[in-house]
Amino acid sequence: MRKQLMKGNEAIVRSAILAGCRAFYGYPITPASEITEAAALYLPQVGGVFLQAESEVAAINMLYGASSAGVRCMTASSGPGISLMQEGISYMAGAELPCVIADITRGGPGLGNIASEQGDYHQVVKGGGNGNYRTLVLAPNSAQEMADLTAWAFDLADRYRNPVVVLADGFVGQMMEPVAFPRSAVAPRLPGWAVAGTQESRGNLITSLHMEANALEAHVRKLETKYREAERNETRSEAWCTEDAEIVLVGYGIVGRILKAVTAEARAEGLRVGVLRPITLYPFPTAQFERLARRARVFVVVEMSNGQLLEDVKLALNGARPVEFLNRMGGNVPSHDEVFAFVRELAARMGLETAAAEEQMAHV
Amino acid sequence: MSSESIAEYEVAYAKPKAFYERYERKEELQHATHYCPGCGHGTVHKMLARAIDDLGIKDRTILVGPVGCSVFTYYYFDVGNVQAAHGRASAVATAMKRSHPGSVVVSYQGDGDLSAIGSAEILHAANRGENITVIFVNNAVYSMTGGQAAPTTLIGQKTTTTPDGRNPLNEGYPLRVSELLATLEAPVYIERVGLGDNKQVAHADRAIRRAMENQVRGLGFSLIEVLSPCPTIWKMKPVDAQRWVREEMEKTFPLGVYRDRTKDATPRPMPKTAPALEALPGILGIDGDEDLAEDAVCATDAAIDLRVRVAGFGGQGVLLLGEVLAEAGLDAGLEVSWLPSYGPEMRSGTSNCHVRLAHEPIDSPLVTAPNVLIAMNEPSLRKFDANVQPGGWVIYNGEEFPPDCARQDVHVLARPFTQIADALGDARAANMVMLGALLEMTPGLPQASIDAALRRLVKNPKWVELDECALTRGRELAREVLQEVLQEV
Ligand SMILES: Cc1ncc(C[n+]2csc(CCOP(=O)(O)OP(=O)(O)O)c2C)c(N)n1
Ligand code: SF4
Repeated sequence: MRKQLMKGNEAIVRSAILAGCRAFYGYPITPASEITEAAALYLPQVGGVFLQAESEVAAINMLYGASSAGVRCMTASSGPGISLMQEGISYMAGAELPCVIADITRGGPGLGNIASEQGDYHQVVKGGGNGNYRTLVLAPNSAQEMADLTAWAFDLADRYRNPVVVLADGFVGQMMEPVAFPRSAVAPRLPGWAVAGTQESRGNLITSLHMEANALEAHVRKLETKYREAERNETRSEAWCTEDAEIVLVGYGIVGRILKAVTAEARAEGLRVGVLRPITLYPFPTAQFERLARRARVFVVVEMSNGQLLEDVKLALNGARPVEFLNRMGGNVPSHDEVFAFVRELAARMGLETAAAEEQMAHV
Repeated sequence: MSSESIAEYEVAYAKPKAFYERYERKEELQHATHYCPGCGHGTVHKMLARAIDDLGIKDRTILVGPVGCSVFTYYYFDVGNVQAAHGRASAVATAMKRSHPGSVVVSYQGDGDLSAIGSAEILHAANRGENITVIFVNNAVYSMTGGQAAPTTLIGQKTTTTPDGRNPLNEGYPLRVSELLATLEAPVYIERVGLGDNKQVAHADRAIRRAMENQVRGLGFSLIEVLSPCPTIWKMKPVDAQRWVREEMEKTFPLGVYRDRTKDATPRPMPKTAPALEALPGILGIDGDEDLAEDAVCATDAAIDLRVRVAGFGGQGVLLLGEVLAEAGLDAGLEVSWLPSYGPEMRSGTSNCHVRLAHEPIDSPLVTAPNVLIAMNEPSLRKFDANVQPGGWVIYNGEEFPPDCARQDVHVLARPFTQIADALGDARAANMVMLGALLEMTPGLPQASIDAALRRLVKNPKWVELDECALTRGRELAREVLQEVLQEV
């Protein structure tokens, strides 16, 4: 299939439908509204349901219903809307209901602004709702990944019976890039546990309630087992120029792309720089960090939030290497020049020789 | 036992089939419910179970339970069961019904659940006319949590959070949900019934049955509000609680039918059947235009690394200019990205976009140092001029290039593009004249790709023609300047 130029937000909906999504319940918010609008256009045409809910609270609880009914379903929102959805996300994780939530982040806290920021990291990666649960979180950095990771999100959601968040910044949602889609579409399939208003499904029950302490503990331990399994099997990251990297730049989403551009230039100057871009934010690609820590001298976390990714990187490295930090917020993007200057200064401070200089030394 | 006792009424009937034989989901006392003696919930459960039996819809029924004393509906009803978050049952029921229109979905809610925390969800479910049945059990208090005030608490009624009695100056007035929802267009049937005596109970039974039947017939939204005794929290004997329903609650909440369109309501249409899977790419517009260049083959050998920033006022076609360029690049087999102005940049009606075209995969789609700047007005020129890469181009829409913006290390093409486009037929084609100039200056993109891009993005053939004219004119203008540049060298 020929690639087509489209916005990341539009790629999400098409990919979702091809992946078997047949229900979308949402509430408009910039910069996620194109997703809701595209869903409004396409879902009725494919025999699915689109409904603009009265609030994000209602929207996520409608997902609770659609998912209980065994339908692949999704919603999309941003910061303040995701905050309102936390109730339902916790309930869905508790009741083991799959769904896909696209969070196209904007500035915060509060109303913040509509510019691109990454301040939702904590509320989605750590679980902003009550109780002992996790959501799986995928972080695309291109329109193509918006499509690919959305399709994967539906599979993960079903495999682990758990909400999966596609966490993208406003840039990745708004920009147009060529996107290719799979040739064939996934047929909707009713899971055996669903409550479908049929004789076969009559005995099924969807609930997050477990009155007895032992029953709830057992339930939460079961959820934990699933999360451990996801940690073993589903972590993904992209390593770029890291084989000999002494400075490893770390960032996700649009930042990961800026870091690649910086790396290209730093390499041209002979600095051994590489990029590690987490694609799954939960489960976090800890093993990749451990692996790169063997060779790297320092890690530099670059993010558009107040040190939220930084915490996970520090946890993953567990003190093995120093971690430097550069961030911008409020809709400011860490510029290429800014990051490069930071890297240069860091290399000088740490006395990291450029490859060229080293070679010269060798010849002396 | 008094003749008013609910218990006496109950024994006249065998246990409905819609109940489980034994309540095995319950930890203990699996033969009995968890409700207190004289509790209205138990009575309403029986009515609902009988209605399900009578209509023969046990397999099709989905019961959405609330948070409140009736949180354990799934202990008892041998139907599909879903337990919802506090107040959200009607939102959950909405999606369940829409997912399986052939099912019969009941949203069972208390007065705290429905009229306080879930007030938005019920209002909108009713307003959309969801084809569901809502059983609304109004006992004027939050029972499960120990007797706090509800929106339905009576004036003067003492609860643990209105220790001196409900005071309208502080808590407002009892919320009359049935009356409120009856003002909406969509609902089919709304009635308030009571459990104050046997006659009322018998009537409530019929109302619940009708509300279920309406749904089976596909008529739409039905809600039955049940004034229901809670002897435990009210601290009354069951008989006294029943009397209190009759003598006190009813004064504030008159029984009656508040809406009934059952006769003239037409069944809601069933959803259309889904198209075949093979039809989806076509519906989604991604079935691909096979006549166009395959992306695997690059149609140009020229070394292309375009980093373009286009800026101007909203309405000048800034974004479209960028899109045509990106689309043409894609058609020619290049890697491309297009990023619109977004966030804090998008103020005061200005608009700009970043476009990149290259042979290699594009790292960052952000263009901070463009090698071509297309400035469609002076503010845009002033904003981005300083960032243009040395040796790059500035294409400026203006009679004269502002002297204070002049740089020695960049090339400039300044023309009144708006007037030039106007002379061609429409001032709005200025963007395409400027694009034509860019294409001439940075050769490599095949004309066929540009034509294809234009046709894909501009649907009106009249405009395609005008835009093609504009592109040609832009190329001419650029050639003049290019000659000057060559002479300089
Ligand atoms: C979000 C949330 N807030 C508060 C509660 C605590 N809570 C449980 S039931 C309930 C009130 C139930 O009252 P009502 O709906 O009238 O039902 P009843 O128990 O009277 O039948 C409250 C406040 C909760 N479970 N969830
Ligand atoms: S507290 Fe009231 S509502 Fe709850 S079970 Fe007892 S009587 Fe019924």
